[in-house]
Amino acid sequence: MTTNEPIGRFRFMNEQRVNLDGFATPAPELGLVAFNGLNDPAPSLLITDGRIVEMDGRSEADFDSIDEFIARHGIDLSVAQEAMEIESADFARRLVDPNHSRKSIVRLASGMTPAKLAEVLSLLSASELVIAMTKMRARRTPSNQAHVTNRSDDPLLLAADAATAAAFGFRELETTVPVAADAPSNAVAVSIGAAVGSPGVLVQCSVEESAELALGMRGLVSYAETVSLYGTEQIFIDGDDTPWSKAFLTSAYASRGIKMRVTSGGGSEALMGGAEKCSMFYLEARCVALARAIGAQGVQNGGIDSAAVAGAVPGGVRSLMAENVMVMLRNLEACTGNDALMSESDVRRTSRTHPIFIGGSDFINSGFGSIQRYDNMFGPSQWNSEDIDDFLAMQRDWGVDGGLRTADEIEVARLRRRATDAVSAVYSWLGLGDFSAEWADQAVDAAGSKDISSGDLMLPLTAARTIMETNVTMLDVIAALAENGFDLEAQRCLDMLKARVAGDYLQTSAIFDEEMNVLSLVTDPNEYSGPGTGYQPTPERQAQIDTIRQQRSVADLLVEQQGFENKNIVVAGPAEVSYDPRDVVIGVSPATGKDIWVTLSGLSVADAIKEVLAGLEEEGCVGRIVRVNDSLDLGMIGLTAARLSGSGVSVGLQAKGTALIHRRDLAPLANLELYSVAPTITRELYRMMGINAGRHAKGATPEPVRNPYSDEAIEARYHTKVVSLVAIERNCVTDAAPEVLELKSL
Amino acid sequence: MSSQVGFSGKNVSEVTVESIRRGDVTLDDVRIHPNTLAHQAEVARTNGNSQLAENFLRAAELTGLSDDEVLRYYDALRPGRSSSQELMQIADDLMAIGAIKNAELFRQAADVYARRGLTAK
Repeated sequence: MTTNEPIGRFRFMNEQRVNLDGFATPAPELGLVAFNGLNDPAPSLLITDGRIVEMDGRSEADFDSIDEFIARHGIDLSVAQEAMEIESADFARRLVDPNHSRKSIVRLASGMTPAKLAEVLSLLSASELVIAMTKMRARRTPSNQAHVTNRSDDPLLLAADAATAAAFGFRELETTVPVAADAPSNAVAVSIGAAVGSPGVLVQCSVEESAELALGMRGLVSYAETVSLYGTEQIFIDGDDTPWSKAFLTSAYASRGIKMRVTSGGGSEALMGGAEKCSMFYLEARCVALARAIGAQGVQNGGIDSAAVAGAVPGGVRSLMAENVMVMLRNLEACTGNDALMSESDVRRTSRTHPIFIGGSDFINSGFGSIQRYDNMFGPSQWNSEDIDDFLAMQRDWGVDGGLRTADEIEVARLRRRATDAVSAVYSWLGLGDFSAEWADQAVDAAGSKDISSGDLMLPLTAARTIMETNVTMLDVIAALAENGFDLEAQRCLDMLKARVAGDYLQTSAIFDEEMNVLSLVTDPNEYSGPGTGYQPTPERQAQIDTIRQQRSVADLLVEQQGFENKNIVVAGPAEVSYDPRDVVIGVSPATGKDIWVTLSGLSVADAIKEVLAGLEEEGCVGRIVRVNDSLDLGMIGLTAARLSGSGVSVGLQAKGTALIHRRDLAPLANLELYSVAPTITRELYRMMGINAGRHAKGATPEPVRNPYSDEAIEARYHTKVVSLVAIERNCVTDAAPEVLELKSL
Repeated sequence: MSSQVGFSGKNVSEVTVESIRRGDVTLDDVRIHPNTLAHQAEVARTNGNSQLAENFLRAAELTGLSDDEVLRYYDALRPGRSSSQELMQIADDLMAIGAIKNAELFRQAADVYARRGLTAK
């Protein structure tokens, strides 16, 4: 060893994907610390004559604009005194104690300062955060949000993907643009696609604040989210807003009956170099307090674009979840991050999401990438279309409602076609652009924009300009849908406009179910108070969670096996004892030639038998196929066969492929050789088994055979099949004596 | 029970796909009415969020402004856009149309912006 190369074990470890992630040594002076920053203040609140004159260690003369807004609007003075006097540890315990109601907690939290809530939540362990989230989220029914974007702002693909996302259960769809000026086109395409997929799906288009509001005013989107807050004044100003402008913006949305939430997230200030030596969590506590102060109904946080910054420091991932719980304590809607991809490691990104998935939030992901990673114009998400089946399996594993459901392939194909048809019709009707049939066909089939070669890249921009110049509103889109026979979609788009008049979806945590009922803090409050309370899926919803398209029943497998029926395996007559020393019996299981035709490796049972016969022949032996009807136990099959065998040696073969070599003087469960991992047994191995059985019969030395090695999750792949195949075998068991089988094609 | 009356005064039940197709509907028919926002403010207060209630009341005041006016006022509040005097002027304009809570917001901003250096340079 003359080089400085690490030893093999560390070279190997270094190559693992997790080591592509950056891990930072905590640097408190840069704000690179999750909790307990250098400048984090101790909680304090001083009220004189009904006015806050000191908050979190700062007197009012020194308030920055964030302090000022929180102090003047964000603290409920009627409970502040009482709330601030509660020991932080005491209050922290209430968060996980079913005897303290959510209502009593949010009442007190509304009188607490940012530093106080930061102190409280820093006391919760990871598992306590899960309980707190279960109990404290505003809406009883959890839900989820999707990103729907693509690299070329292709309206047909956006619509098809929006319909698909709705079919998978997402209740909010967020789009954005690689080309800013395309935004109006994206908003129209995604709104139409969403309406094709389901009633009541909320849609937003994330762009610059004024532009986003303008889209909302035209009815082209139904909610807004990208209203960013920051925890230090300097970074706030760098974001071209103040707490006052954000408060006004919040009211502007409400004045048009449009739902909105704000966006913040720990680590953003450190990322932008303006953390003022405070911890990420404390700065986020200021953002959340400000969100409540300006009157926003909800917050998207949990790192968001800076999740990887928090993820780089000790305890950072825990702080991301604590941010979400803080939003819930402030009695606001929590859209809980799990948005920007925070790790190259599948293990780490799952670990980051899992407690929130288990606890349940208003939106588990504040952007599950329903499209492929490369098409996500927010950047790859923590979860992407690559992971939808994983997510559905996780829901099923834990019996957890993460907001998604399995979508039927034929139905999704139908929805995608209808979405592209609807967008083509509307764009053409409104003079926004014309799509070729080939483009539409490709969009229906596409798994991503790379599958589309016939798009016109200029069309979205032209369409967007026309929308702005001719002042297209949602009313025009509805009329165009109706004129072209899309009455259902026209009605669904109209229902979203009408919802603005009622205003019920402006309340905290509001979504629509598929019957257009508003589910919110008001109509669907979370009243968790221990086991058996709180959200329980309806039987219908539980069935959606439990039923994934990959599941197979015994009946399914039976049908699958019948597809491979081989009429050339026939019964020749009763099996007699042989006295020929070259005779080796191949004992096969009861379902052989009846219900099971293919082994777990995919090789047909007939081919497996043929290979064994050929191997025996190579050794000068003669194989005889005998079906043992009264047992499905491989040892008993082998022993029964050996007792009929002239050589006293047999091969036992279950139709699923498991095999052994047996001898008549051995105990049933003993054997000479066992080939136990049926899915990995190849043709060559069955041949080798025949050869070795022949050598055992002759008293020669067999080749040592090793069961093939695999690092795949063989058991995960096959165990459910094994259970079904064994059940099929059991149904074939009878009292009938052993019978000789023939392979007629031989 | 939430109101069914749009900003224009038309009952939203009269708005149908067919009436949109005929061109009988304007965006004001499907815009929220200030009374509805006042009602939602009460709901928010009952559900433990007086700040959300205040927001709805500010929003109710803004329903009377055109989209362009709303966007212009928003822009005026962004950092470095307005002098204290300009913010105070908007506050007066808002007072004149009865937008008391928004006027107060602008007055506060004028004060804080001056102190924190957020006024137009």
